[in-house]
Amino acid sequence: MKLTTLAKTVAAAAIAMPLMTAAASAYELVIPTLDYRTGAYAPNGIPFANGFTDYLTLLNNRDGGINGVMIKHVACETAYNTKQGVECYENTKNTEPSGALVYQPLSTGITYQLIPKSAVDKIPVFSMGYGRTSAANGTVFPWIFNFPATYWDQATVFVQYIGDKEGGMDKLKGKKIALVYHNSAYGKEPIRTLQKMSAKYGFSLLLLPVDHPGQEQKATWLQIRRERPDWTLMWGWGVMNQVAIKEAASIRYPMDHFIGVWWSGSENDVEPAGMAANGYLSGAFHAPGDKFPLHDEIKKYVYDKNQGTGERERIGEVLYNRGLVAAVWTVEAIRKAMEIHGTKEVRGEQVRDGFEALDVSEARLKELGLPGFTYAVKITCANHQGPGKVALQQWNAKAKQWKIVTKFYEPLSDITGPLIAEDSAQYAKENGITPRSCN
Amino acid sequence: MLYRETGQFKPTYQADQAIFPIAQDRWFITAVLAVAFLVVPLLIDDYWANAIFLPFLAYALAAIGLNILTGYCGQVSLGTGGFMAVGAFSAFKLMTAFPDLNFIIVVILAGGVTALVGVLFGLPSLRIKGFYLAVATLAAQFFLVWLFNKVGWFINYNATGQVTAPPVEFFGVLIIGPEATPPARYLFCLAFVAVFALAAKNIVRGRIGRSWMAIRDMDIAAELIGIRPLEAKLSAFAVSSFYVGMAGALYFAVWLGAAEPGEAFGIEQSFFVLFIIIVGGLGSILGSFLGAAFMVLMPILLKNFMVNGIGVEVVTAKHVEITTMGILIVFFLIVEPHGLARLWQITKEKLRLWPFPH
Repeated sequence: MKLTTLAKTVAAAAIAMPLMTAAASAYELVIPTLDYRTGAYAPNGIPFANGFTDYLTLLNNRDGGINGVMIKHVACETAYNTKQGVECYENTKNTEPSGALVYQPLSTGITYQLIPKSAVDKIPVFSMGYGRTSAANGTVFPWIFNFPATYWDQATVFVQYIGDKEGGMDKLKGKKIALVYHNSAYGKEPIRTLQKMSAKYGFSLLLLPVDHPGQEQKATWLQIRRERPDWTLMWGWGVMNQVAIKEAASIRYPMDHFIGVWWSGSENDVEPAGMAANGYLSGAFHAPGDKFPLHDEIKKYVYDKNQGTGERERIGEVLYNRGLVAAVWTVEAIRKAMEIHGTKEVRGEQVRDGFEALDVSEARLKELGLPGFTYAVKITCANHQGPGKVALQQWNAKAKQWKIVTKFYEPLSDITGPLIAEDSAQYAKENGITPRSCN
Repeated sequence: MLYRETGQFKPTYQADQAIFPIAQDRWFITAVLAVAFLVVPLLIDDYWANAIFLPFLAYALAAIGLNILTGYCGQVSLGTGGFMAVGAFSAFKLMTAFPDLNFIIVVILAGGVTALVGVLFGLPSLRIKGFYLAVATLAAQFFLVWLFNKVGWFINYNATGQVTAPPVEFFGVLIIGPEATPPARYLFCLAFVAVFALAAKNIVRGRIGRSWMAIRDMDIAAELIGIRPLEAKLSAFAVSSFYVGMAGALYFAVWLGAAEPGEAFGIEQSFFVLFIIIVGGLGSILGSFLGAAFMVLMPILLKNFMVNGIGVEVVTAKHVEITTMGILIVFFLIVEPHGLARLWQITKEKLRLWPFPH
């Protein structure tokens, strides 16, 4: 019955095998990326992947890799689909010679798949500002890192910003805040935090889910038009962002009262709405723009050699920079791992130690060509979420520029802390994990 | 010459009515099963299990389910994803509520729950047919996914709506969870699929299956020869949903391990399984396997060939892959509208005459 199956699998093996064995002789650091340059989330997936890849190319071209060891970048296309992501992970995790050192899934769904696998395969997962928030608890999730800040931090920062604008946190009483969210694990992340804050500060919360892929939002915005929330928050991704901003513009919702998560604040999201998007806000943990020395280096060592993955004009877009900072932190963790273990031939297990001892100060950022790009990050055994500081950036439609318009707010740890402890304890219980000691 | 039944006499009715009356078929199927049960587990690793065999088995089981309903009984259904979700979430609830329950029982109970839900959504089929029924089952798809998103009880009030299958042991061997070995997971699924494929093959050859086919071919004529449409249609919905539910449970628990209702069980799933049976062959158990193999393996084969084989850039490979899949489906349907199973049948008929065709 299954002859065809077998014939095909044999054929697949025949094709795949010789390539797996054809390893280069010198040691290389394998960094796979799970990109998505196709599908409904491609507009956001492409700039991120470009930023990440360009930084690795830069290091290979300029410095000969990390501390002299070349980086072998392995790209795999997931189309933001969890099943394809798993296929990519299995396909790339044993890539010769070092095996995958770290994964950056850029998808909450794939992150959830990799969380249990990472401990078994001994490969750390760096879900930078996404994924499972309670993975911030390093005692339960030793292999997962979600610094520099989590969705829950961000939700508390948005409410603080709203409080500032309204003239104090006590003024939030009786206000109405809407949350437009992608109806998936990702979009549902901030709900519990917001509910807790709504109970504490007395604002009412309106939850409006938008189903994948998010092109159909007429009903959602009709409801917003009817209910007139004072502020609207959005947890969107991909094409959903553009549609939401256009819909908001069409009901003339005040843009400076519309705040997107940091995944809903890039050029691609606001440009389709044109001038109507002026004043739209979003979260941020790094600066936009291409005015940093590192960008010049990338242009010089990568794009001048025609090795860039994207278009030269799009260097410095918000998501490009996000990919860049993700690569910077990843590489710093690998450097740290080399330093701790005194070897250049690091493996995934050692890179995990590097992440856990990561300390990228502002001085180090300056050395890397990113002075003032983001804040200092220090990771410890118990705390995998970092400082958690978030600022807000605003879109200027005339100048076509994002600009950070607030200070970096501190998150309200008294709200997120107990939630993280509770959620990670539940995960530990369900999966029979004994939290490790960090002393 | 190799494939000929000359000299194979059948002295009893029983022998004549066997599933595989020709000896060569029997040997062949035994050999395939022997390889699947004895050789593959020795070679399988994480990649082969997670990317190829487990999805293949889960989808093959779902396709058998849908084939019973659409291929044998003629009732078009676009609710497969929703029914898989019912199976998956029933399994999840059972696994978390009764951690010591044997996983075989969990899967079968999950199938049973899905069968009940399937019968419920099958009721409209007594009054409406064809495209109208497809729309009614489409409603089931959207309703069920919405339900699992909306009601916290189904997901044990998880804040993010994502359910994770807890580790499960099966007679001392871990079959679910990150530490379960690929051969254990594979063999568990394979045993399930093999047993239930055999059961399905026998159901469709027997009285019930014949009543389904009579309804499919012409329901008025079927009624005239004494087949009750109510019984036949609802039993088709029940059996079909039972299979789809079990497939959903295996798909979620053994293969994925974690899932959320929207992405894992969306409308794309329903279409994917429908494509499997159309490409594989409507009204054929073998077709369900061939179709699942085609739809699961072909994209991976194309990708590995292009990216690792001839070094095409990843994103270009993806675009080419999507296009090629479309072209291949259209090509196969033009060459043989009755699917890969029919192609296989024609090959066998030609082989019987070879080397002296008429």
